[in-house]
Amino acid sequence: MYKRPKTLKNIINHYCPGCGHSLVHKLVAEVIDELGIQDKTIGVAPIGCAVFIYNYLDVDFIEPPHGRGPAAATGIKRYMPDKIVFTYQGDGDLAGIGTSEIIHTANRGEKLTVIFINNGVYGMTGGQMAPTTLTGQKTTTSPYGRGKSEGKPIRILEMLAQLDTEAYIERTTIIDPANIIKTKTAIKKAFQYQINNTCFSIVEVISNCPTNWKLTPLESFDFIKKEVLPVYPLGVLKEPKVSK
Amino acid sequence: MKKKKILLKGNEAIAKGAIDAGLEAYFGYPITPQSELIEYIAREMPKSKRIFVQAESEIAAINMVLGAASCGARVMTSSSSPGISLKQEGISYLAGCQLPAVIVNIMRGGPGLGNIAPSQGDYFQATKGGGHGDYHNIVLAPNSVSEMYNIMKNAFELAFKWRNPVMVVADGIMGQMMENVKINQRQKKAKKGNLSWTVNGKKGRKQNIIRSLYLDPSDLEKLNKEIIKKYKKIQKQEVRFEEYNMDNAEICIVAFGICSRIGKGIIEKLKNHKVGLIRPITLWPFPTEIIKNRLNQLKEIWVFELSSGQMVEDVKLAVNGKIPVRFFGKLGGMIPSEEEVIKFFNQSNKVNNM
Repeated sequence: MYKRPKTLKNIINHYCPGCGHSLVHKLVAEVIDELGIQDKTIGVAPIGCAVFIYNYLDVDFIEPPHGRGPAAATGIKRYMPDKIVFTYQGDGDLAGIGTSEIIHTANRGEKLTVIFINNGVYGMTGGQMAPTTLTGQKTTTSPYGRGKSEGKPIRILEMLAQLDTEAYIERTTIIDPANIIKTKTAIKKAFQYQINNTCFSIVEVISNCPTNWKLTPLESFDFIKKEVLPVYPLGVLKEPKVSK
Repeated sequence: MKKKKILLKGNEAIAKGAIDAGLEAYFGYPITPQSELIEYIAREMPKSKRIFVQAESEIAAINMVLGAASCGARVMTSSSSPGISLKQEGISYLAGCQLPAVIVNIMRGGPGLGNIAPSQGDYFQATKGGGHGDYHNIVLAPNSVSEMYNIMKNAFELAFKWRNPVMVVADGIMGQMMENVKINQRQKKAKKGNLSWTVNGKKGRKQNIIRSLYLDPSDLEKLNKEIIKKYKKIQKQEVRFEEYNMDNAEICIVAFGICSRIGKGIIEKLKNHKVGLIRPITLWPFPTEIIKNRLNQLKEIWVFELSSGQMVEDVKLAVNGKIPVRFFGKLGGMIPSEEEVIKFFNQSNKVNNM
């Protein structure tokens, strides 16, 4: 019978109704429980709606500056290589201010796990444009729609897949039960690569922000299916040649 | 204890001092005039299986420091002025999260790109914050290669005792100077104290969270007050200074770093003129009481810095208008001769050469 995961605290969270964060937190908690790593996991919180992840997941956490998660996680992992270290980041944190840190952390092959929540907008600060915002998408800092002078939505995972260093890189989504299961499988695989000391791992979860997209949760899943996935294709972009 | 004398370059003395004090992790980025420091680290740390990462930027480096500090590691970064500017956000976080870490600044000419010649123009940045918010670095200013070596153990111990960032500042020329250093054959590692607050996996205890975000204003006020209370204790207990020839002095030079070395030379040259020196070793906490205690015997104070006048403001606060404070500054990365400084101060009607 389904039980609340041990690692998920019994606290009502602050996320908006239908927000993907709430769901992915639960998946991460289930994975940590199933892999039996709650007591040796250290999480690195983002700056964004999910800064409060440490209130919901019952593991040690640190709260570094915006975008610097992968660097802070490197400091932890290098010092305590037998612990499981993961970052949980949004599109501002990872694809905006933190682009340098994510690229170099992946390139050095730090044995970390990164959970990247891509919902095409800066939620916590009120719905501004993100590097992952779609062409034509209206946000509070692209009120006329993202146009030429704002460039195109950026695909970080494809950039990381170009690096020579081994890595596990996959993009998933949470728009229906089948995809939710795929997301959990990917997250579990990512942590398993770290447990086996194999390589850097990152899972990008195409998620929603009903509040700032000004859509209902069900409409937001539809929006992802029709508009976002063509720009951000799902699947495994890179996997280590060595078997896990 | 058996000691051996070796000739070291300032930058290397800092690196060796840190390693001998038990440095566990170094994260940094090359910048002149301190590249010898990171290079020494790169050669020596792997020999004892300690952690060295050349980060992609100064910003990444200070954040790697934050991560390792959260685990209770003796961790350090080093840079020079423009790179220290990049680290300010991270340093503010270190202070807000109450983490122990050592940051070394081998100061060069500024502002902006400036040059690679020596300067003391980062005094404000080091002692008045540098990063945002209500906090202070503990700031140590050695004035010899030997002191650069020995002060590193103090730096780590202060960082752990008070759970606060500690900055070690030296002007660029001190990084390049070569002097003898007496090294103990067996070094004691810097003490860490209580580590129950660190993150290392929550086995057998509640989760630890290293954070500085407190959305509720009364919660943040509580943190602020806790930190301020800590700083008041540091100001009482951790002031370090050197007094030289002060017993009968009527004139007192206040100078740190290379300027204090020149100051001693000036005192030798002015032997008949009752000149002494107060050398702050901690720039923060500043030796305010030490200066105040001498005011009754002094006619005037001479402050001498490689800047347009930064420490002189703290001297003036300590003096509080009781006696004249005269200032000589040198800019651009140049170091004046003793004669040049004496010439200025001998013109008794000149208060400030800037």
